[in-house]
Amino acid sequence: MDLLWDGPDALTANDLRDRLAQAEGEAGKELAVTTVLTVLARLEKKHLVTRERSNRPHRYRPVMSREEHTVDLMNEALGTVLDREAVLTRFIGGISADEAQALRRILNDTQSA
Amino acid sequence: MLTASYLLAALAVVLAWPAPVALSRARWTARSPFTALVLWQAIALAGGLSMIGAMLVWGLAPLGDSLLEALGGLWRVVFGLPGASGLGIVHVFALSAAALLGAHLVFTLLITAAKVTRQRVRHRRLLNLLSDPSPSDPKTVVLEHEIPVAYCLPGFTGPVTVLSRGLVDALDAQGLRAVLAHERAHLEQHHDLLVLAFESWHQALPWLPTSRLARLAVQDLIEMLADDAALEQVSAPVLLRSLLTAATGTAEALSTPGSVAAAPTEELSSRRLKRLLSPGDALPAPVRAGVLCVALLLLCIPTLLLVAPGLLG
Repeated sequence: MDLLWDGPDALTANDLRDRLAQAEGEAGKELAVTTVLTVLARLEKKHLVTRERSNRPHRYRPVMSREEHTVDLMNEALGTVLDREAVLTRFIGGISADEAQALRRILNDTQSA
Repeated sequence: MLTASYLLAALAVVLAWPAPVALSRARWTARSPFTALVLWQAIALAGGLSMIGAMLVWGLAPLGDSLLEALGGLWRVVFGLPGASGLGIVHVFALSAAALLGAHLVFTLLITAAKVTRQRVRHRRLLNLLSDPSPSDPKTVVLEHEIPVAYCLPGFTGPVTVLSRGLVDALDAQGLRAVLAHERAHLEQHHDLLVLAFESWHQALPWLPTSRLARLAVQDLIEMLADDAALEQVSAPVLLRSLLTAATGTAEALSTPGSVAAAPTEELSSRRLKRLLSPGDALPAPVRAGVLCVALLLLCIPTLLLVAPGLLG
């Protein structure tokens, strides 16, 4: 996924295999294209990558950028998407502006005291 | 048996409305959240038991004087054996209703658990791809985003605490320790199971207004318990400062249009904050023991009425 996100353009399975092998050094020499294809198929099923079938060999690109995925996670964390607290437990949800102001004042008082 | 069914029905009504309303307004709960949680669970369990039990016992009443006798009678009726006394159509209706309610509650629990697990697995998968493990704590990861958030994601493969880069940068070592202690308490005390139970109770009976009250109260109480755990490691001002950092960051993010969606969250945590700002004394031990006894009674009474309704004869 890292390579797909970093790569400026869609990559073929062979490209990916070469880049992965490069990254791994000695261990990478054993990496087969079929292994890469299997992993890509799994990622495609999980909707993380998509395939351009216009001409062979097929080129793979990520469905969303790293940042877009992170924003999705943040939305879930902030409670705008998922059911309240059933899936994850937030440290704190929202507080009103008045509460925030009062709290800030109290904390500053305690600090100076 | 009839008397038992009326008593069970009365208990069900009390536990469906006045009891939860009273408990949600009670102020002693902030002084001993653990005891309050036990009482909430007792009310929910006893309530369900009474609802099902009332219909069951009423439906079986013409078949015998005790539950065992009546169940034997039901067996005979179902299989057309001799010695079977008749059941009126209303009794059959009551028995079906009892069975349906029981099945509905169990199925809703299973479905809610499955849904929650699926969402967690999906979230966890993305988290594994996008976050880096924290150098200081093996079960913590850092998500690269400037909005300060912290949350914990329970799971069978290993629960994880998530901090955003924004939060890690905004807090000092003490503040971070407060956050981590709070989240770890949630995971160690398995609060997610409680939340799941009350969430499914609410999904199963959404028309019961107290099921929503119960869920909100339970959420509040588990936050208080986690706060207590954090207070064992840091002082209250430190915890409050961390809370403020996390909360104001969220508020800013939600108010500015842009990358993060603008739908506001409903929860306000005033009770929890008030409790940290002016902590009351803990509930004295005899009172706590008393509440726990009430909880135990609440569970025993419907069970007894169900199993041995003849005792009242």
